[in-house]
This record gives sequence, C-alpha cells and structure tokens, in this order.
Amino acid sequence: MSPDSLVAHHGEFAEDHSHEPNNVFGFWLYLMTDCILFATLFAGFAVGRHQYAGDVSGHDIFDLKYVGVETALLLVSSSTYGFAMIGAYQHKLNQVLVWLGITFLLGAGFVGMEINEFHHLVAEGHGPDRSAFLSAFFTLVGTHGLHVTCGLLWMLVLVVQLTVLRKPLDTRYVNRLMCLSLFWHFLDIVWICVFSLVYLMGVR
Amino acid sequence: MDHPALHGHSHKTHIEGSGGAGHAGYGAYGVGFALSVILTVAAFYPVMVPGTLPAGWIAPLIATLAVVQIFVHLVCFLHMSAGSEQRWNVTAFGFALLVVFILIGGSLWIMRSMSQGMADPDVPAVATQGHGNMSGGNMNGM
Repeated sequence: MSPDSLVAHHGEFAEDHSHEPNNVFGFWLYLMTDCILFATLFAGFAVGRHQYAGDVSGHDIFDLKYVGVETALLLVSSSTYGFAMIGAYQHKLNQVLVWLGITFLLGAGFVGMEINEFHHLVAEGHGPDRSAFLSAFFTLVGTHGLHVTCGLLWMLVLVVQLTVLRKPLDTRYVNRLMCLSLFWHFLDIVWICVFSLVYLMGVR
Repeated sequence: MDHPALHGHSHKTHIEGSGGAGHAGYGAYGVGFALSVILTVAAFYPVMVPGTLPAGWIAPLIATLAVVQIFVHLVCFLHMSAGSEQRWNVTAFGFALLVVFILIGGSLWIMRSMSQGMADPDVPAVATQGHGNMSGGNMNGM
C-alpha cells in the first residue's frame, strides 16, 4: 500500500471508531514519562532531605493536620472524577458536569492550600533558596501543584467545550474525559508518595 | 490526524480492545475510596500521635502503606488489570517502574557512597575544608 492509501484508509477508520484506544494508550505512555520526571525529583529530594544548611527542618515547618486536609481534598476529588466518568460512559451530560464541577472545586481548594503554604514559608524567610532541603521541597511539591493546576485548566476547557460550545458527549469527548481522569488519578498517586516521603517522614 | 505510520498499530490495538483503563461502576470507586481513607489514616496516625508505635517501626510502616495505597489506586481508580487487553499498558508501567527504581535507588546509593567518602578522615577530600561538616555529617542519616 502507498502512503496515500494508508492515510485514506486511516481516515475512514477514524470516522468509524474515533480510534479511541490509541489516544488513551498514547496518553498512558505520556503518564509513564511523567512518572519518571517525578522519580528524578523524588530522588533529588531523598538525597537532600537532611541538608538543612542551618535553616528549618520538616519537623519545624510541616503541619500534618493541614496536609491531612490537602490529602482529603485530593482523595475525594479522585472519587468524584470517577463518578463523572460513570456519567460519561452513560452519555449523561448533566451528571458529568455536576461531578466535574465538584472535582474542580476540590482541586482548586488543594491548589489554594498549597499556594498558601508556600506563601507562608517564603514570607517567614524559608524560601527555596535557603537550603537543599527547601529547594528540593519546593521543586517537588511545586511541580505536583503545577500538574494539578494544569489538570484544572484542562477540566475547565472540557467543560467550556461541552457547555458553551455545545460539543456532543460522543466517543471523542468520552475519550478526552478518560485521558484527564487518568491524569487526575495519577496525580493522586504522586501525592501519596509526596505526603509519605516529604511530610510524614519529614515530621517523624 | 495521526501519522500514517501509526496506522498498523492503531488497527491492532483496536482489535485487542481498550488501550487505556477499563470501565467501572460506583462499587470500584467506593471500595477504592474506603481503602484509601483507612490506609491514609493508618499512615498519619502514628506520626500525629507519638508513642503509638516504636519509633523504628514508623518509617517502614509509612513506606508499606504508601505502596499498598498506590496499588489500590491503580486497581480501583485507574482500573489497571492483568487482562490481555491491557497488556501494553501494564508492560509500559512495568518498564516505568524499573526506571524509577534505578533512578531513585541509584541516586541514593551514589550520594551515600559519596558522603561516606567525604566523612572518611583518611580521605583528604576537598569538601572537608570549610563547609565539609555540613555536607558530610547529615548525609549519613539518609
């Protein structure tokens, strides 16, 4: 077959089935590379987590009740996104929008709490430039927070497409919602590692 | 939109079924949520309430609970399974896991060896002058 006929054939195939498995599998591979990005940051943190350079340690600055609330927000948002996906499979737009809205608020709450935590640390003079521990802390936790923020923006884009732009909740959009759900659950898994290694082991 | 070269693969994946996570009902999310709450509380409690457990047990406990909770999330939220339709997802995940272990294990091993080398009084390391005690001593506590 010539490349042209391949393209033509692929076009037909795409119309019939939206070749959804390929998209989702590709996104899964992206998540695996993201996993390696976080692994490098965790490795850096693990190496430098006792290098206080005379500044504060985790025991001095971490409030586990605060981290517990952050953890709860992210965990509940994982479940509510799951409920949105159940609605998506049944092509119930309202159910998708309601659960996505709740997920968005929980995620925004998490990001807000993290920004507040960072702001307090910097305001009290414990910014990322003070010690290897603080540099590693801000890089690792900040990168996770940046991912969550991207997830929130992506959620916003999907909601606008499904409401304002009146896109149909067809296989294409179910797959987009599916990719974001993988992203969202993946970030919750990264957070398990963050609260275990950074906060719990830091305060212990 | 896809590159033509992907065509063959696309066809194959389609025949094999879902390329991503499977579908699930409320049950899987409910079970996942309940297990996650239990595992998270079990990890936070001994740290927040000192004296619950001997100090030496806490770090291994936190690590174990984290690993268990990751698998709970993978199964209940990401719907990963050992089924043939997810073979490539699980293969990619396994490879990522291998890279993660080499990266983190390798970094810790190398940096520990380096700090031990610097802490050794027989080795006239440059780092022992000036800020040596800061970078050498603390690293051994990793």
